[in-house]
Amino acid sequence: MTAQAKQTQGRSFAWLVPALYIFFLLLPIYWLVNMSFKTNTEITGTFSLYPHEPTLRNYAVIFTDPSWYSGYINSIIYVVMNTVISVAAALPAAYAFSRYRFLGDKHLFFWLLTNRMAPPAVFALPFFQLYSAFGLIDTHIAVALAHCLFNVPLAVWILEGFMSGVPKEIDETAYIDGYSFPRFFIKIFTPLIASGIGVAAFFCFMFSWVELLIARTLTTTDAKPIAAIMTRTVSASGMDWGVLAAAGVLTIIPGAIVIYFVRNYIAKGFALGRV
Amino acid sequence: MNKTWNNKAWFMVLPVLVLVAFSAVIPLMTVVNYSVQDTFGNNQFFWAGTDWFIELLESDRFWEALGRNLIFSVIILLIEVPLGIFIALNMPKKGLGVPFCLVFMSLPLLIPWNVVGTIWQVFGRVDIGLLGYTLFSMGVDYNYVSNVSDAWITLIVMDIWHWTSLVVLLCYAGLVSIPDAYFQAAKIDGASRWSVFRYIQLPKMKRVLLIAVLLRFMDSFMIYTEPFVVTGGGPGNSTTFLSIDLVKMAIGQFDLGPAAAMSLVYFLIILLFSWVFYTVMTSHDGETGKGGEQ
Repeated sequence: MTAQAKQTQGRSFAWLVPALYIFFLLLPIYWLVNMSFKTNTEITGTFSLYPHEPTLRNYAVIFTDPSWYSGYINSIIYVVMNTVISVAAALPAAYAFSRYRFLGDKHLFFWLLTNRMAPPAVFALPFFQLYSAFGLIDTHIAVALAHCLFNVPLAVWILEGFMSGVPKEIDETAYIDGYSFPRFFIKIFTPLIASGIGVAAFFCFMFSWVELLIARTLTTTDAKPIAAIMTRTVSASGMDWGVLAAAGVLTIIPGAIVIYFVRNYIAKGFALGRV
Repeated sequence: MNKTWNNKAWFMVLPVLVLVAFSAVIPLMTVVNYSVQDTFGNNQFFWAGTDWFIELLESDRFWEALGRNLIFSVIILLIEVPLGIFIALNMPKKGLGVPFCLVFMSLPLLIPWNVVGTIWQVFGRVDIGLLGYTLFSMGVDYNYVSNVSDAWITLIVMDIWHWTSLVVLLCYAGLVSIPDAYFQAAKIDGASRWSVFRYIQLPKMKRVLLIAVLLRFMDSFMIYTEPFVVTGGGPGNSTTFLSIDLVKMAIGQFDLGPAAAMSLVYFLIILLFSWVFYTVMTSHDGETGKGGEQ
């Protein structure tokens, strides 16, 4: 009885732990949002926990200055290109890995994983030279292809995880019913793993969006991502803190919007479809 | 699952193979090529054999960066893993709290890495940051730009802030898969909170925990963007990790030979850990397959 009483008592305060943790997580984000609504004189001159004279100037700067907003457009273009390429290439491959055994399948699967784990720093210089040789430097497709290095393996692993959850009997029944492979794949199989495709696409989008090193190395002006534009501002003297904060807040938004829809799959996605 | 042997499956893998070969094999071959040659510019190359590797393995710079990387990884694992387990154990199992926790805890994971750096760079500043200013007004001499230990603490707290949620989410996924019957049986037996954790929850979390540890180890081992933005590798070289050093060498100084040799050594270390990771992942796939057949 006492043990039980102790346990219920312990449980009633358990919410404090996640609550404190979430408070710790939100504090730095709040500070960034807070700064983005302040004027620069308020940021550097006074110390205030909330904007006393809230202003939208910082956001206005970003939305009116092409050197700022083109960064977002560039990022979105190569991220979307990369997501489409990665998922499209990964779908048949993941199906092959989840349904068939073939010569060298395990080695191939492992090799894909090593690319997901490869440090981008190792590839920065050779990528630069490879894409220079093809005349692709400073184009969106260069970054999109380079990000395939880690996003294609990611998509294959995640999709394979989801596809293995679909019983093989469904494939066999469909073939007996006279479905051809392409028709079966599009009409029956794709709807069954729709959530898996969504999760894979989300993670490709996310990892391409958060990557800076390769994107920065492969671009100079025309395809420069927002992330690189932000670091350039950091190193300049006479910082415009308010604009920097506003730019940061705007990069958080894409993730924040879709987070609710993928909340149950976040762990699975980060663990490459293996939870 | 019983898989049929079918070599035609290669055709389905082909697009992936071509894509990844283009973006991984060709660049890697370039690196191998540079690592055994020397150049004096004008695209003239000379065979250098293993010189660069010997130079690398004898240089203090490489071992110091490697050491810093390992220390960093060990510290963040020692903090993030127990903290992550503790938070996951205390998370609500049902009700409105579940989506609330999941959404807010995932938030740092989805923020671009350089913005994570920017957030903490600003947050820690003594003049305008909440953390820096608060510490400063409390009389703590905190400055991550000039003080080595402050820079390290800032990077470690930042990494905890950024990635502990990954451990939490993975552990939570393991915990919710435990059937209620286990806990009822434990209650009937009068098991203590500790023995419930030790004999029911921990064994069930073992695999997800292993994945979390490996993922955190590998990602912290190739960390680049966040310390680059916050400290730029300084003060001095005190936070220069392998990635930062490598990029400095390859893109900043264009020392192709040494950078290539370092890339290969770095890649081999990653390869070793990837193999451990792969073994862990796929050994379980085999187990579930057997379980399905019974």
